[in-house]
Amino acid sequence: MTYIPHTKEETKEMLDAIGVASIEELFKDIDPGLRAKSFNIPKGQSESEVIRHMQELASKNATYLTNFIGAGFYDHYIPAAVDAIAGRSEFYTAYTPYQSESSQGWLQSIYEYQSAICELMQLDYANASLYDGGTALYEAAMMAIRVTGRNKIIMDSGVSLIYRTMLYTYTSNLNIEFVETPVVHGQSSREEIYKHLDEKTAAVIVQNPNFFGAIDDHSDVIKKAHSLGVLAIMSAYPLSLGLLKTPGEMDVDIATGEGQSLGIPLSFGGPYLGFMACKKDFIRKMPGRIVGATTDKDKKRGFVLTLQAREQHIRRERATSNICSNEALCALRASVYVSLLGKEGMVDVAKLNHRKSEFAKDILGRISGVEVKRSSPTFNEFTLVLNKNTDVVVQKMIDKGFAAGFPLGRFYKGMNHYLLVAVTEKRTKEEIEKFAETLEKVLCD
Amino acid sequence: MRLIYEKSIKGRKGFKLPQPDIPGQDEIPVQYCRKCAANLPEVSELDVVRHFTSLSQMNFSVDSNFYPLGSCTMKYNPKFTEKIVNIEGFLELHPLVPQLLGGGRLAQGALEIIYNIEQLLCEITGMEAFTMQPLAGAHGELTGVMLIAAYHKNKGARRKHIIVPDSSHGTNPASAAIAGYDVILIKTGKDGCMDIKEFKQKLSEDTAAVMLTCPNTLGIFNTRIKEITDLAHSVGALVYYDGANLNAIMGKCRPGDIGFDIVHLNLHKTFATPHGGGGPGSGPVGVSKSVVEFLPVSRVMKRPGGAFYLNYNNKESIGYIAPFYGNFAVILKAYVYILVLGREGLIRVSEYAVLNANYILSRLKNYYEPAFSRRCMHECVFSAFAQVKKGVHALDIAKYLIDKGFHPPTIYFPLIVKEAMMIEPTETESKETIDGFIDVMIEAARLADADPDKLTTAPQTMPVKRLDETKAARDLNLRWKPV
Repeated sequence: MTYIPHTKEETKEMLDAIGVASIEELFKDIDPGLRAKSFNIPKGQSESEVIRHMQELASKNATYLTNFIGAGFYDHYIPAAVDAIAGRSEFYTAYTPYQSESSQGWLQSIYEYQSAICELMQLDYANASLYDGGTALYEAAMMAIRVTGRNKIIMDSGVSLIYRTMLYTYTSNLNIEFVETPVVHGQSSREEIYKHLDEKTAAVIVQNPNFFGAIDDHSDVIKKAHSLGVLAIMSAYPLSLGLLKTPGEMDVDIATGEGQSLGIPLSFGGPYLGFMACKKDFIRKMPGRIVGATTDKDKKRGFVLTLQAREQHIRRERATSNICSNEALCALRASVYVSLLGKEGMVDVAKLNHRKSEFAKDILGRISGVEVKRSSPTFNEFTLVLNKNTDVVVQKMIDKGFAAGFPLGRFYKGMNHYLLVAVTEKRTKEEIEKFAETLEKVLCD
Repeated sequence: MRLIYEKSIKGRKGFKLPQPDIPGQDEIPVQYCRKCAANLPEVSELDVVRHFTSLSQMNFSVDSNFYPLGSCTMKYNPKFTEKIVNIEGFLELHPLVPQLLGGGRLAQGALEIIYNIEQLLCEITGMEAFTMQPLAGAHGELTGVMLIAAYHKNKGARRKHIIVPDSSHGTNPASAAIAGYDVILIKTGKDGCMDIKEFKQKLSEDTAAVMLTCPNTLGIFNTRIKEITDLAHSVGALVYYDGANLNAIMGKCRPGDIGFDIVHLNLHKTFATPHGGGGPGSGPVGVSKSVVEFLPVSRVMKRPGGAFYLNYNNKESIGYIAPFYGNFAVILKAYVYILVLGREGLIRVSEYAVLNANYILSRLKNYYEPAFSRRCMHECVFSAFAQVKKGVHALDIAKYLIDKGFHPPTIYFPLIVKEAMMIEPTETESKETIDGFIDVMIEAARLADADPDKLTTAPQTMPVKRLDETKAARDLNLRWKPV
């Protein structure tokens, strides 16, 4: 009886108290005609057998490659203290802090997380988190539609294709008009955005750095948008904000993004962390849980879930979103991560990413057959144009121990020679040099 | 307790980064840089560890307290599952690896796990196929509603509404509305089930689907469930199974056999993955044959030779609903939980969950009014309405339980039960723990008569007393701000 503590005697006592002869009697509401037609699940195994099985499966995954793949999901170092804290079962075996007095630890942690996101974004308020960067962007678009009462969205194609596609899926049955504007010389095309901006537009969505790694300053676009009552939504890379101009400084209305870079492992795609911050005027239209500070009757500070009248468990079909949970444990990781790195550490880690990435650009650019796209500054990711089909080059690089980057041709037509390369603080000088050396050989073959 | 920001000392550091091993490079032009650093804490590693360790101790959790929070299934989370997600081959695998040319061979272990758990969930629920992508239960619901829309669109019909009973989780009507449907609410009859007469009146060719939880949020298995699925099908509507309560029926019956077309499960409920303080969850969606073609991309497939691959070629698919393949680390935990429990173990989960809930129902029914006078499945719902006359509310009983070391039941839900207290003990709790809880509940009922102040002033033993929620919503203070 795995994890079920009842002895035979106890089971009997409980059945007697209920007044039935067997457990089966408790299931009599299920008509015999509706009983399971089959339940062909293998026999249970021991913990040690299952661990061995899982180790075998894990060994079939190539995590030995030196990783230069990013595309929105990065191989950053995670300090051991992050794992130690997130591994405390007082945190991970609790649930949404509905009962505030017995959940002050979680509530305060979320409040601190919200504070960290606000500080990184330089925006007024943040929620307790959403599922991931893609669903967060969708929620932001819906929020802008609610705030403005308009239904047209302009989306820069520098926004991750993964997120754009998700947005289209979610809104496919709704009456929303999308316009995609191109990236020109690495940056958002002002001309195209301005052409489409009008008083029917709810929001302009941009990403910084964009999917190709390029940094932009969208202040001009946002100013123009605001003049027409249009909101600005930015998908941001939080680790880069140790260094880069913030959504707040550009006057963004709603910032969202993927928080994986803040102490969350890659884990083959999840769980990750969708964050969302906004200007204070829009807080009551924001989706998701929000924690606020208040006082008890002795005037002592405490924390509660607040503004719950927006949410599905109260407002049902009129809620701001259908979201119920958040990614609290991932948000906790992010909060511990930024607390450990601290004010200076977040700047330093961003600088280190940039510096290593510039070094890689420099030595890769010297290889014949490699062109580094330099039309815009980049943070820790950049685009190369190779003289060969990138898919094939990447495949060859794998055989030599490198995950060389993401071939943009997988997502974009006509970009079969483009490679998106990410260099985080984890990559050493030797690794980068070896990478360049190997790429040179592969291109010469 | 002070905030970590309030413990900050200028110049203190908590983490050492590697020294730059490369020569200085060009700086980012200043126009693209932030003007001043974010005001993050300046603390040592020990400061951080002590701060968050203290915070962790200011919580009730399954590992420290009985946590009978109805509808949330707060069962024990086996420890070995934590060990498994930390195996490097899972932890460090980049999700884009299998999307490289020939990259599938680099992620065979991960793909095999997704494939295997999909097969297991199909067998447990009687569905034809599963997607592991939805990132939480409510996300699964939204995916399910989009599948409903795609199904009808494919048939050339734009149906207008989705029917839900008034006992449903709030996420059901919210998911339906957000995907573009009107919501029709059906009231609950005297038997605790959806009023079938009203259902028949509202059901029409405009009905896209009926969303049901079975057993429902009152802990009741609807004996007329097959009649409902048949009626819905007779007008061409689909039937959606909110699998929040699948933990009550494993091995006993399967939504697929009953005629449900779409099912979402909550891995953090039935399959014991930790709730994480409010997430991450995982809400895989299973479908019947007629809905398979609309499943989100990508899907994990198996070649005749045994290799696994990602299939994106599905022109009827609703598209991408998640960045990758779901909350993989959560999926891993559910997978190994199923492997360890096996067939007999899963059946017992449901049997003992139902036994424990009925035991509580039997022992408390003379002290609190049961919402419906019939047996329950995995959870039981009482009303504290009788106690209200004495000035005691469900909230007061909940707060008293906290003082006694028990996490309260879910209160004020389902909305249709006045002063609801929804108790879900789960199968992993022992008789003596449950008896201890029952004793305190009986004591609370007695105090409601004898000394209601004991209840209305609780809790007294926590770091804070009852907090002013009105003030929290009025004078918004949602973040720390630098002085």
